[in-house]
Amino acid sequence: MNAPVKIETTLKDWETDQEVRWCPGCGDYAILKAVQRTLPQLGADPANTVFISGIGCSSRFPYYMESYGFHTIHGRAPAVATGVKLANPDLDIWLVTGDGDGLSIGGNHLMHVLRRNVNMQIMLFNNEIYGLTKGQYSPTSREGTKSPSTPLGSYDHPARPAAFALGSGARFVGRGFDVSKNLPDVLKAAHAHQGAAFIEIFQNCIVYNKDVFNDFAAPKGAEDRQLWLENGEPMLFAGGARGIALDRDRLELKVVDVVDGDWQAAEVLVHDVTNRSIAHMLIEMPFGPFPMALGVLYDDPRPTFETAVIEERAKASEGKTADLAKLLGKGQTWTVSGTAADPV
Amino acid sequence: MATQAADTPLEAENPDAVVVRFAGDSGDGMQLTGGQFTLSTALAGNDLATFPDFPAEIRAPQGTLFGVSAFQINFGSRQINTAGDAPDVLVAMNPAALKVNLAALKPGGLIIADTGEFTKRNLDKAKYESNPLEDGSLAKYDVLAFDISALTIEAVKPFGLGNKDALRSKNMWTLGLALWMFDRPREPLHEWLRAKFKTKPDIANANIAALDAGHAYGETAELSGPLKQVHVAPVASAPGLYRTITGAEAVSLGLVAGAQLAELPMFFGGYPITPASAILHHLTRLKEFGVTTFQAEDEIAAVCAAIGASYAGQLGVTSSSGPGIALKTEAIGLGIMTELPLVIVNSQRGGPSTGLPTKTEQSDLYQAVYGRNGDAPMPVIAARSPSDAFDCAIEACRIAVQYMTPVMLLTDGYIANAAEPWKVPDPASYEKFPVEFLTERNDGDRLLPYKRDVKGARPWIKPGTPGLLHRIGGIEKHELTGNIDYSPDNHQRMTDARKAKVEGIAVPDQDVALGESTGKLAVVGWGSTYGPIHQAVGRARRKGLDVSHIHVRHIWPLPANLGALLKGFDKILLPEMNTGQFKTVLRDQFLVDAEPLTKTSGQPFQIAELEEAIDKYFDDIPGNEGGEVPANEQQLPVSESGHDDGSYPDAPFHGDDAALPGEGSDTGAVNQ
Repeated sequence: MNAPVKIETTLKDWETDQEVRWCPGCGDYAILKAVQRTLPQLGADPANTVFISGIGCSSRFPYYMESYGFHTIHGRAPAVATGVKLANPDLDIWLVTGDGDGLSIGGNHLMHVLRRNVNMQIMLFNNEIYGLTKGQYSPTSREGTKSPSTPLGSYDHPARPAAFALGSGARFVGRGFDVSKNLPDVLKAAHAHQGAAFIEIFQNCIVYNKDVFNDFAAPKGAEDRQLWLENGEPMLFAGGARGIALDRDRLELKVVDVVDGDWQAAEVLVHDVTNRSIAHMLIEMPFGPFPMALGVLYDDPRPTFETAVIEERAKASEGKTADLAKLLGKGQTWTVSGTAADPV
Repeated sequence: MATQAADTPLEAENPDAVVVRFAGDSGDGMQLTGGQFTLSTALAGNDLATFPDFPAEIRAPQGTLFGVSAFQINFGSRQINTAGDAPDVLVAMNPAALKVNLAALKPGGLIIADTGEFTKRNLDKAKYESNPLEDGSLAKYDVLAFDISALTIEAVKPFGLGNKDALRSKNMWTLGLALWMFDRPREPLHEWLRAKFKTKPDIANANIAALDAGHAYGETAELSGPLKQVHVAPVASAPGLYRTITGAEAVSLGLVAGAQLAELPMFFGGYPITPASAILHHLTRLKEFGVTTFQAEDEIAAVCAAIGASYAGQLGVTSSSGPGIALKTEAIGLGIMTELPLVIVNSQRGGPSTGLPTKTEQSDLYQAVYGRNGDAPMPVIAARSPSDAFDCAIEACRIAVQYMTPVMLLTDGYIANAAEPWKVPDPASYEKFPVEFLTERNDGDRLLPYKRDVKGARPWIKPGTPGLLHRIGGIEKHELTGNIDYSPDNHQRMTDARKAKVEGIAVPDQDVALGESTGKLAVVGWGSTYGPIHQAVGRARRKGLDVSHIHVRHIWPLPANLGALLKGFDKILLPEMNTGQFKTVLRDQFLVDAEPLTKTSGQPFQIAELEEAIDKYFDDIPGNEGGEVPANEQQLPVSESGHDDGSYPDAPFHGDDAALPGEGSDTGAVNQ
């Protein structure tokens, strides 16, 4: 793979001439802007960038990005993207999916693209609802969600996208939400990660699941409810008054009070993005007793799938020529001259 | 032994064709025996056709009726198109093999049986109440029964193997006898065994000893029994280099050739399924030809990844069998909608649902031609024989890249596994069809990703190309810009354009495979029925009947002249291994009264049953033409079960040293 050439662009360069058709006030607008703001900062080349999506509100995303784009079919974007990446590893791929597309109909493909570690950024817009089909409950909807298909409230236990990703073998798991000013930083970290980088983006569906993330996403009191993780930094929130420590008896995380800023005394953990066990705990922290863990939860790269494929192909081809005539005549053959046959 | 005056080629001085069936337990190595006998036969210059037939179970319990594995070969000094109707020789390695296969044997045919396996226990397992070798029930056949097991143990004694290991060479002993019987040289087998067991010379020598002992036994036994040497002269073939080839190999090689002719790297997305997996296995060994293989998480991902690769500028290919094709269907629609090249190979098997994984059928024709949501036209090509699959695969690649469309190539379980001699073609004799990607805007200053060329194809634009940024998708798009467009007029025009593009594909005119281009009866076929139809029509013509054989390769779009050609015949008989699917297409497209002759027993047509159906048109018996062919007892053995998606553990894979059968259960019978 060639080192990507940095290209100078502005946010405007990434806008298409297509009218954006999400509902007014949809969180997708904010995510679109965050991505369009991030790409110039990365020096990304529009000609080398491909947005690939499945089906759903989120999956309209490629039409609004002035780059290459492929709006595929429901749930299958990870499989299409895998083929694109294997055919041309130099392309910079952004996958756009949602909670229904990525975890319901396409859960299988999402699992496999993560465990194979195909180099791409995977943005899963989680709005805990099926928006495009008018509001049915989704695999991430909370228990008791009333929707056209569950008028009395749902009773399935919701899937947790980040936990699913980590459990599938993802080497990068990040979290953000639509209107967060920190979202571009998470996207940049995902882009810097070589391999499948999974980002769960909480997204407000203004029509069918309005303000469902307000508990932690609303600006008021956000400090107390959001834990923004930074590698090498203590896990502090509430303006540094509280932190996350390890309950060594129960092997669980716990919230501790920090007195006079002495977080060491309170045994607050220092975030290590390569610590998979703590990443699991951060992802599983129940919101309410705990703040919502956001930012880069886990980042520990290992060799990518496409690199292995390319290396294997090169190794298997070593010293061999692509001689079709020879290939066709391989194995046990015989020649016929006239009517007599002689083995060769 | 009672010998009736019977019409078997074994009685003849120099028969022009002989059918031999090797049958045994799936642990006996019959597929390997058959495969090696096939090579020897090919080397002797006979034309041949084979039919491996094995159970769906990976390791069926030993000695049981459903664990019987068989390999039939028809070879001769004349043109051979089928694996033969009824065997002249049946090699039965145990009672179950005899029981399952006896009904197929010609009256007066020769049974070679291993008495060492006809024990009380094995007879019970085969549900024999008494020993058929002793109770006179085989009176209408020639029987040569002797203790192959003991003879094998004796032959390999010098190599210090235990009885269990020694018995694994039984198939080599049997092969040695068969080589003697048909006067085949042993040297190629010696060489093959030495190469196969390069690191285990003792095992190689034990197998060689068994092979030689079987051969020597033939020479001795000739003096006393019904066994005698039979000479089948070489067939007159066009001069050139030959090899044997299975359909799965031919498809793989054809795809590689097609990608080279298109000057593209190939991406193959596959998922294990019987009987299509062999293509994945074969292609993954051809990386030096720019082939990337990807075993996906499921059938859907396999086709989607292939579509992704095509989008990125490679030749995307996927392969499966009916149930897997069903899963791929939505993605094939995406390929049709986004107008990207894609080759889909369907190795058909008995259906519906899991159906008959290891048995053959032609019942996915509706699926191929019609089986998608929306108006989703797609070209369909059907291979008629293993070697024909090579040319068909190239043709599929050509159409896919020239018309920017998915193309389906139909083969079936019979074609995939059967072997036949193949005159190795010169790749230089095929016309190249190099792909040109769009590199500049195609409408002045504008890019129009859906602007069509004279063929109706849109340009192929690789992501990564500067200045040609655009978006595509499965949603209806503007006829030029490719932007989302649901407007009524646009959808009408796009539907029309997709249809016109596929219908306008240049397909060669239909020829007549045998006979005149007008007459009383045309027997029309497609796919793997070619062999039996060709032979049956040939026989009918020799009897003076006015009948022709037409065999259609291009199922969709159909050749432009086909309608007129069919209308030149009084009657049309259409034999197919389904309930009449191509018949429906022909009736619909040409309003011709094609009469179906259908068979869905999981077994190929026999020449005799087609001959009979043809004869009825000339009998003046009213209302007696066509109809359904009853499942025929003279067919190859049908395994008794097949409860799940079975596999071919022992499909012969000729010509590729690294892929010689050696991992499957049946093949374990070579000592190693």
